[in-house]
Amino acid sequence: MATRPDRGARRAQRSTLAVLRRLGPYLRPIRGALALAIVAALAANLAGLSIPLVLQRVLDGPVAQRDLGALPPLLLAILALGVAEAGLFWLRRRVLSRPITGLEQRMRADLYRHLQGLPVAFHDRWQSGQLLSRATGDLATVRRFMNFSVVFLLANTFVLVAGLLLLLWLSPALAAVQAVAVLPLVALVSVYENRYRVVARQCQDQEGDLATTVEESVLGVRVLRAFGRGPHLTRRFVGQARELRWRELRRVRLLAVLWTICVVLPELVIAGQLALGGYAVAQGAMTVGTLVAAITATSYLEWPIQSLGWMLAEANNAAAACERIWEVFDAPLSIADPERPRALAPPTRGHLRFEGVRFAHPGADGDLLRGVDLEVRPGETVALVGATGCGKTALTALVPRLHDVTGGRVLVDGVDVRELPVAELRRVVGTAFEDPVLFSASVRENVKLGVPEATDEQVWAALRVAHAAEFVAALPWGLSTRIGEQGLSLSGGQRQRLALARAVLGRPAVLVLDDPLSALDVHTEAEVEAALRQVLRDATALVVAHRPSTVRLADRVALLSGGRVVAVGTHEELSGTCREYRALMSTVDGRVDGHVDGKADGRTAGQRPDSTGNDAGEVTTR
Amino acid sequence: MSRGTTREAPQPRPPGERSDRPAGPPEPDESWRGVAAEDQDEVDHQVGARLQARSRRLLRSLLRPHTGGALLALLLVVAENVAQLTGPLLIAAAIDVGVPAALAGRPAPLTWHVGGYVGCGLAGAALRFAFLRLSGRIGQDVLLELRRRVFAHAQRLSLSFHESYTSGRMISRLTSDLSALDDLLEMGLDGLLSSALTVAGVAVLLVWLDPPLGLAVLATFVPLLLLARWFRRRSRSTYRRTRTTVARVIVQFTETMNGVRAVQAFRRERRNESIMDDLSADYRAAQQNSLLLVARFTASVRLVGNLTMVVVLAVGAWRVAHGQLELGLLAAFLLYLRKLYDPLDELAMVANAYSAAVAALEKISGVLEETPSVPEPAHPVPLPDPRGELRFSGVEFRYGEQGPLVLPPLDLHVPAGQTVALVGATGAGKSTLAKLVARFYDPIAGAVTLDGVDLRSVSDADLRRAVVMVTQESFLFEGTVADNIALGRPDASRAEIEEAATAVGAHEFVSALPDGYDTDVRKRGGRLSAGQRQLVAFARAFLAGPRVLVLDEATSSLDLPSERAVQAAMERVLADRTALIIAHRLSTVLVADRVLVMADGRIVEDGPPADLVAGRGRFARLHRAWLDSLAPTTS
Repeated sequence: MATRPDRGARRAQRSTLAVLRRLGPYLRPIRGALALAIVAALAANLAGLSIPLVLQRVLDGPVAQRDLGALPPLLLAILALGVAEAGLFWLRRRVLSRPITGLEQRMRADLYRHLQGLPVAFHDRWQSGQLLSRATGDLATVRRFMNFSVVFLLANTFVLVAGLLLLLWLSPALAAVQAVAVLPLVALVSVYENRYRVVARQCQDQEGDLATTVEESVLGVRVLRAFGRGPHLTRRFVGQARELRWRELRRVRLLAVLWTICVVLPELVIAGQLALGGYAVAQGAMTVGTLVAAITATSYLEWPIQSLGWMLAEANNAAAACERIWEVFDAPLSIADPERPRALAPPTRGHLRFEGVRFAHPGADGDLLRGVDLEVRPGETVALVGATGCGKTALTALVPRLHDVTGGRVLVDGVDVRELPVAELRRVVGTAFEDPVLFSASVRENVKLGVPEATDEQVWAALRVAHAAEFVAALPWGLSTRIGEQGLSLSGGQRQRLALARAVLGRPAVLVLDDPLSALDVHTEAEVEAALRQVLRDATALVVAHRPSTVRLADRVALLSGGRVVAVGTHEELSGTCREYRALMSTVDGRVDGHVDGKADGRTAGQRPDSTGNDAGEVTTR
Repeated sequence: MSRGTTREAPQPRPPGERSDRPAGPPEPDESWRGVAAEDQDEVDHQVGARLQARSRRLLRSLLRPHTGGALLALLLVVAENVAQLTGPLLIAAAIDVGVPAALAGRPAPLTWHVGGYVGCGLAGAALRFAFLRLSGRIGQDVLLELRRRVFAHAQRLSLSFHESYTSGRMISRLTSDLSALDDLLEMGLDGLLSSALTVAGVAVLLVWLDPPLGLAVLATFVPLLLLARWFRRRSRSTYRRTRTTVARVIVQFTETMNGVRAVQAFRRERRNESIMDDLSADYRAAQQNSLLLVARFTASVRLVGNLTMVVVLAVGAWRVAHGQLELGLLAAFLLYLRKLYDPLDELAMVANAYSAAVAALEKISGVLEETPSVPEPAHPVPLPDPRGELRFSGVEFRYGEQGPLVLPPLDLHVPAGQTVALVGATGAGKSTLAKLVARFYDPIAGAVTLDGVDLRSVSDADLRRAVVMVTQESFLFEGTVADNIALGRPDASRAEIEEAATAVGAHEFVSALPDGYDTDVRKRGGRLSAGQRQLVAFARAFLAGPRVLVLDEATSSLDLPSERAVQAAMERVLADRTALIIAHRLSTVLVADRVLVMADGRIVEDGPPADLVAGRGRFARLHRAWLDSLAPTTS
């Protein structure tokens, strides 16, 4: 199996703090709010602790002395403290609600922006569910941590330190008992925290895998239905969900251990203090009052210590989530603007040239393209022909830099495409893919895509060129009709025509069309062809073709085989001289001319593939 | 399949708009979405109550099998509380009895008390440990069960449901909505059991200590319940909004990532960012509302608690002053009062998690209550050895309830073993016909039969063994090439998989991949060309070896040699099988035994290709146009 970059394969041994420290830039703008929240939490704590003290005063004073006259001011004081406590409760949440949700929003926006900038090769390798789970579940984990745990982690630490100082003032010996107990706690917790983070990470990864299966089950539902494999995938999903349950239970077990340690240690401290203090009192070295005060102080510290275990677990959850998010941020934007971008000299002529172009998919053994040399002169149309999987699509993807060459270079008007600003390059180069992707948006939006400045007239012009204007006009809301998955569904031919309209919008100087006519039926194909011919007259075009009819749009044909362009010429020339080309372009009976009369051809077809297979073999073994 | 309702057509975007992100808060301009049916996420208020009842029902049914476990958990919590409450008593005894005894030279009582305290602490910790593990297991079991239910149910639901529900929303149901329940289960059981227990225990104790004061304290439960009701009402719509907005974020996210090639090639990144900013801002606003609501709720609960304390103190002091109450009793009462309100905070948080989970469960239970419109037969007619004879008798069909009739009454008989090509313009009804044979939908009138058996009476397993459909979109799943081919028949051996691949001419390219058949296809087969993906899809179908094969534009991306290989394989492997082929290439059509030309859902021409070519109908015209398109190559 290939390595999975989206699972935590190479787990860096960075500390939780180091991982979380990278949140710094997101925290900086909200540090004021965070500080205020911590202060509010501490003040609420203080108010909460003062209430019993005042209560004591009330009970010992006015009530015990049956002096109700002194009661009202003290009652008012308790009332004020009670209202203050509730108000501070509210304030802590109120003050964080906006900044914290904003933090999540900003992180998501940055993640989204980064992901959009990452090259196609990255997206091929990462399961989409893994990306989705980072953008939703992991970010929510971080948000929850910031909203609650961070505040109390800091506030409770403060309380803990203050409590220890108080203890020290009361009795250094009893404080030593507390401190001695806290040390193993820190050690134990840190051991468990590391293990906890590993398991938390595994849970999050597993959730990402689950999300991937969910996505596939939904997007591939037609295939699953056609083969009746719903139960099959359900079994796989349940298997993964069981695995997740198992990992979650491991996480729960670690958490339970952690929690138990944090619960039991303060109890042991109190027992120790009781034993030591009792002994000291017996020896006359300590008063009973001091012992009671010390134990009371220690019991106040019980909750901060206990919650510390929980909060640290949350911190590790958040650190594991952050780690997953940083992995995406750390993926380099390998296809980006050059440092010193060059500009194309206007007017753009659209001279396209491949020089010794080599290309390999990342992680692949050999090169897919092994030195392609090809020139498409301004205004010329070249058809790219070759067997399935020979690298035609890869070659076309190199022009708008969806992939980068691994050797050689691609030039537009004499400038290496890697030296141009990416947006500029993609403005000059118009593209249409084999499978046209439609977004759930209006027709207008789907045609304009990244060219928001295009006017409706321009959209209609592009639609007319692609012979799509007629059916778009017939849609219930015309250009505003929502199409794509959440809207009206279109036929394959209609989708392909919209993809063409998209490519020709804005009249790019270079057109790269990947089998633009594959899903069109005979009638529509003839119409689109006629329109395309018009467009191609003004633009330089590289057109991947599987059919003679598409080839006829081109001035010249280039045959791609074995990772190289092995022949260039007109259709007639190649038909006459090149066996491989003939084999590729011949219709059912293997002849280039398409005279077909019924069944006889079908029977001979059975023998043909073998001979064409040999042809292809000759070329690739060279 | 328009689900269109009327909505005002939005104004087009001003043409001069820049793609840069605006400096200020983004204007929520949604016109890019285009016009379609109203989002089904919005519910009116009457429906809301029904939705809540539905989601509570689901929650109950999920928890019912764990009644025993929950009781055991309760027992553990009770025992733990007892152990914890004993601790302070032992400390008091140690100071009151142990220390004086030690002063008197008898250290044994102090030792016993300290030992007892340690024992209580350890027992409490052990009980807590057991409780955490037990409640964790219950929570995870419930989640697993819910995941299994929703996933399996979604797989049973018909395509028409999936098409109208759309993938992004389904994904958010199965991912982020489930997480909301996760939160409730993680904190809920713990918080609920121990807090409810404490509140109940303390309440009883208070009434026992001093009935008048205790009843007065219980009276404060009235404002608390009113608060809780207010919170439930408000949080219902707030959390519903959260679920809806996060689903939109997920939809936008998955669409972008699945179409990232188009996004980059057409420089849609900036535009997408501003769209995502808007959606994310909506989500954030919903989240912020829920946080503010929680802030108000928990603070109010605390305020009620503190006010109660002041009132109790005032009344208590007055009564003590008048000799109606012991001072010590009042002190104890006040201490316990504090213990009553502390867990109420916890209960407020549980109520919050519960509200969030109920909002998510509303959406999930909506999916679960959906009945498949193409249901499994209750009493299936077995099809042990299908021959592949198809018959349409009086079949009518429309998409959706109000859609136009796509197929008017249609009669068609396809004898077993015949290869039938369907020809016609877009929208003529070819794909519909094919989908009815594959039972993606059921006809609204008439019946489609296989070997004389109505497809509605055939079990899904039998039907899929007999009929397989290959569509234009050749979706590849995560895994290796071999895994993907084996989807046709999961129990196939490697030799059989390779045989199927060889039959359709895919063996050559598969062998050339880095790990051959074990090569990871990467996301959606991103590394394979569209043609290669179609070959894998074909290999799947051949491996399945159905009696009836339905091909819907399944060869559109193949080059001619591949198409020939596929055709040859079809001739060989499926010579005696029934095939229904929709193709745009006449070369594919011409090898069929019979051609059906369709227009407006009707069959307008029917006959062997040679006969139709010789005639004067549409097919003959189509054929001439095709020959013309090839003509220049012969010149």
